[in-house]
Amino acid sequence: MGKIYDYLSQDVRFIEGLNACINCGTCTAICPAAAFYDYDPRRIAVITQSKNEDEIIELLKSDTIWYCGECMSCATRCPRGNKPGLIIIALRSLSQKKGYFVESEKGRQQLAIKRMVGESILETGYCVYAGHLNTLAFPEQGPIWDWIINNPGEVYKRLGGNYNGNGGGLLRKIPAESLEELKSIFDISGASEQFNNIEKTSKKKADELGIPFGTGKECEYFKYVYTGERNRISGDKEP
Amino acid sequence: MNVEGKKRVWKEYQKDIASDHYFYARSCIRQNFFPGSETTFLKILREELGKDIYDDPRHTTCTGIAYHADIVPFETTMTVVARQFSLMSESGYKNYVPSCITSFGIYTEILETWQHFPEIETKIREMLWKATGREFNKPENLAHSSDIIYKYRDEIANKGKFKLINQYTGAPLKVVEHIGCHYARMFPHKGIGGAEYPYVLTGMIESWGGEIIDYPERRHCCGFGFRQYLVKANRGYSVACSKRKFESMAPFQPDFIITNCPGCPYFMDRWQFVIAEMEGITYGSGGQGIPVLTYEEVAGLVLGYDPWDIGLQTHQVAVEPLLEKIGIPYDLNMKYKGEKGKFIGTPEYPEVLKVY
Repeated sequence: MGKIYDYLSQDVRFIEGLNACINCGTCTAICPAAAFYDYDPRRIAVITQSKNEDEIIELLKSDTIWYCGECMSCATRCPRGNKPGLIIIALRSLSQKKGYFVESEKGRQQLAIKRMVGESILETGYCVYAGHLNTLAFPEQGPIWDWIINNPGEVYKRLGGNYNGNGGGLLRKIPAESLEELKSIFDISGASEQFNNIEKTSKKKADELGIPFGTGKECEYFKYVYTGERNRISGDKEP
Repeated sequence: MNVEGKKRVWKEYQKDIASDHYFYARSCIRQNFFPGSETTFLKILREELGKDIYDDPRHTTCTGIAYHADIVPFETTMTVVARQFSLMSESGYKNYVPSCITSFGIYTEILETWQHFPEIETKIREMLWKATGREFNKPENLAHSSDIIYKYRDEIANKGKFKLINQYTGAPLKVVEHIGCHYARMFPHKGIGGAEYPYVLTGMIESWGGEIIDYPERRHCCGFGFRQYLVKANRGYSVACSKRKFESMAPFQPDFIITNCPGCPYFMDRWQFVIAEMEGITYGSGGQGIPVLTYEEVAGLVLGYDPWDIGLQTHQVAVEPLLEKIGIPYDLNMKYKGEKGKFIGTPEYPEVLKVY
């Protein structure tokens, strides 16, 4: 048994996600990602089941593992109880642990998600917070969102909210002690280490690609991975 | 499958839902985009049904979006969830009610994992203790907030001022039900009606006078896909999923869509706006969209709450055509007002999608 497969076989998502795949393709037939991308969840099950180290490493470095939307439609329909969506979660986790995620365009996007969602949790206590969202980054939110976010105090108050306020209720400010507990959990359970690893590995890749790397959401590498539009931003050619 | 057969399948997927004393966990998405829904849920439980439900200021996200966007390890999510359970235990509650479907899926998955791998539960208890000095009891009952409304759907109907009936034709309104993927796809026995024939929203609609539409893409995902929406470069996936659903349901001329996941109404509301503005296509009549409502909003309308007090003005797709079909009075002058009727400006009109 090779080393990469050893890592995978220790992940409870992989243990629960893969029994014996009979290669029937039911998962692919109902997969929303397969309807949009050149993606075949059946292949994910077949490759990991083969224990072929080279093919698994190739997967970890590819765009392929990042196409899944984790809707888990496959889990419901597989006649053998496999869950390719869970195998994907295990593969993505390993791809980041080994630093392979920056080898694909889709994998590199983890930096943007870490900075948007990950940092929001530690700052506000929630994955999403109204004050961080605007129609420049999320144009589909439409003019209704511009109206809401230009008047958050009034709109949320009318609807029973406590926007950024002390005490309880909807969109309240999470108490400092609770945020400290979250940070401590992140430190002890591996999230802080994963965040650092995403930053460190992304910086290395940015240097290799010659794309300026900084903190926050304004740096060129962030924009490159978030929009996929490097040419328009830096004038450089797509790597 | 015939109707009798479906009913038999649904019966196999009934679940225990606690009848009182709930610990509520808010949703990252619902509180931002459909704030009136969480407020309405708490109002219905406390004022209409006389239930005790606690909203602890110290609770936080479960990290579900971060987990399914693969930036935090499972151990982190499990330990954050353990902290939520600790807050519940400390406050004297045993019945956990998340507002979010992703959270409901996360809690279900974690409790199942701990049952099958007790050594993982032990490890998480140690991590929580080390990080926070906290201990916890697992909930005796876990139900999504839509399960609670389902349980009391007939009481709501009995107290209701309106039925889901077209006042002009006397016919039941035609409704699309959209179940959030993580409600029952992974653990079908944890959802009312299972994953193939979920009954949680259908039961509400039938009880309140409407009629459910069965259409080919009924079980297709709305298109959130976590990283497929979060990252701007990937959003083609998200809108393509929603569009596939709209095109499948449109020939059935639904009066509205009801949802139980916080994300689905957001995507199906906003992608209709995008499709209208980019392609000039609208799925309702006369340049309008198909209104997409949360189950809390529909319950609020049935109970006779003012549409603007439950937050229907925060939708991009106009709800007025639906209100008129049911016969619910509304004051357009109050739609975009702040608290106590304060004028706070009005949103711009989209170029194609008709709004009021």
